[in-house]
Amino acid sequence: MTEITKKHTGIPFFFQTVWARAYPRVVGQQREKSWMFFDVLLPLLAVSAYVFVYKAINAPEEYVGFVIIGGAMTAYWMNVLWSMSSQLYWEKEQGNLALYIMSPSSMMAILLGMALGGLVATTLRAAVIIIIGGWLFQVPFEVSSFTQLFAVFVLAMVALYGMGMMTSSLFLLLSREAWHLANLAQEPVYLASGFYFPIKSFQFWVAAAASFIPLTLGLDAMRQLSFATGPALGFLPVPVEILILAVLSAIFLTGAFLMLNHLEKLAIREGRLTESRR
Amino acid sequence: MDLSIQTKDLGRVYKIRGGKKTEPKTLVALEGVNLEVEQGELFGLLGPNGAGKTTLIKILTTLLSPTNGSACVAGLDVVKEPQKIRQHINMVSGGESSGYGLLTVRENLWMFSQFYGIPSAQANKNIKELLEVVGLADRINTKSSDLSTGLRQKMNIVRGFLTEPDVLFMDEPTLGLDVGASRDVRKFIRQWIDEHQDRTLMLTTHYMVEAEELCDRVAIINKGHVLACDTPANLKRNLQQDAIFRLEVSPLNGVPVDVFESIQGVRKVVHTPQDGASILELILSEESVLGTVVNTLSTQDLRILNLQKREPTLEDVFVELVGRSMSEVEKND
Repeated sequence: MTEITKKHTGIPFFFQTVWARAYPRVVGQQREKSWMFFDVLLPLLAVSAYVFVYKAINAPEEYVGFVIIGGAMTAYWMNVLWSMSSQLYWEKEQGNLALYIMSPSSMMAILLGMALGGLVATTLRAAVIIIIGGWLFQVPFEVSSFTQLFAVFVLAMVALYGMGMMTSSLFLLLSREAWHLANLAQEPVYLASGFYFPIKSFQFWVAAAASFIPLTLGLDAMRQLSFATGPALGFLPVPVEILILAVLSAIFLTGAFLMLNHLEKLAIREGRLTESRR
Repeated sequence: MDLSIQTKDLGRVYKIRGGKKTEPKTLVALEGVNLEVEQGELFGLLGPNGAGKTTLIKILTTLLSPTNGSACVAGLDVVKEPQKIRQHINMVSGGESSGYGLLTVRENLWMFSQFYGIPSAQANKNIKELLEVVGLADRINTKSSDLSTGLRQKMNIVRGFLTEPDVLFMDEPTLGLDVGASRDVRKFIRQWIDEHQDRTLMLTTHYMVEAEELCDRVAIINKGHVLACDTPANLKRNLQQDAIFRLEVSPLNGVPVDVFESIQGVRKVVHTPQDGASILELILSEESVLGTVVNTLSTQDLRILNLQKREPTLEDVFVELVGRSMSEVEKND
């Protein structure tokens, strides 16, 4: 190691960082097989409970499919909550955060890497839930537009993980209260996003307020596009929901950039970047 | 010679949580620190736990803002140009558990190298070479969660050197390591600085031997203040005219140390109780004072079990400057 290495800079360096931080998440899933139990089997149990309730009350057949899609999307919410938002707290305790901040790479690239790694790993879990759930309960999928469905999914993910990136910067300042905050956010979002029922069941303004959570409109649009009677149970027309998701994506990504810059400076000033035991 | 690190009147005050709003509690971690470290130096910060060493390192590595004064690393201001500084530095802390347990040693090191823009192939080549040097090559594909503390610290040390920093900070790099692993780490550090005269290394430690063995210059720090800064030889030279003795005597059993400190010519006494004995480290202004000390022991019915005259160490320098041994300071503060 005598010669001086020529290092990447600029955009190649940004994407090099993204891939490096995504790597542990992508590889980690292959090495920790317990996810199949905790992230597939357990959510399927919750999904099954709702399916049996809907079957018992003779709800429309599509409701079963709604629940399966909701169950799959739950995996993304759990990932954003526990592996994005509060992740920087754990990174701080482990000593990684200081190393990230001290490196010349951009924290946005690191957060993006965390998000992409989490997204890839979670997509596998979500796909398994949809396949097994769809097969078990004979869900009548009838996709009206694969292009729109793909666009909705991508935008919902960008907005959702953008929100995760934005809130994760808040965790730069937090200590153990990070755990409680993440716990606090878990169940209300299950309800507000309509994981197990169409949000049209809410009053308009309640559903509109819930739409600030990217999963709400993402789920609603995906259900409209995946089932024959979906549009009748939808909250807003799909093109409108796509437009709102695009706006939310821009807001959350910009918010993440601004908040990260501001809170990193604040954390450096207040001495909150390093693990509490030192 | 270019300066790699420079601090001017540097200070840091922490606000302590839990204090009343009207009367916020504060802790002065650093005050009026002036240091200049030249390129190519292995510079040591020596002091007890809580002396301010880690705070200083955090400021120099852009992880913490100073509340007073200024600091420059590689000629760049830590507050105004942190992003530029980060291209020149890296840090290794003792006992750190960085990285991810599910990744192998190679993968963890590769990941951190990518955050410095090192091309992947080059990183893998450098990782292999450095792991050979520290004797960890046979563990390259071991998950880091399966490594012992010593091996994990070796991996962390490779992480620090892997990115070819101009200025490397090592915060207690041998903390928690056994004697053999500590010796290997020290040997590697010394070898690296000898082979890379354009690089600078700042090391914090509370192990006197480590500072004495490794460092070109040492700053002794206590309660946020730099008390002395020089080469280990020069620091000890001030004590050369003194006579330093280590006496093992029967247990003091309530005899106050003041009895010995009040003897004319006794400059410092450090008492360390041991099983069935008491150790007295004495710094005397001249050798002849020992006779009076022996007489005093006799009048107090204390027996001498062992007596050694020895050369001054950095521990003696610390005692001379602070008035207590480093372990006493750590125990009482």
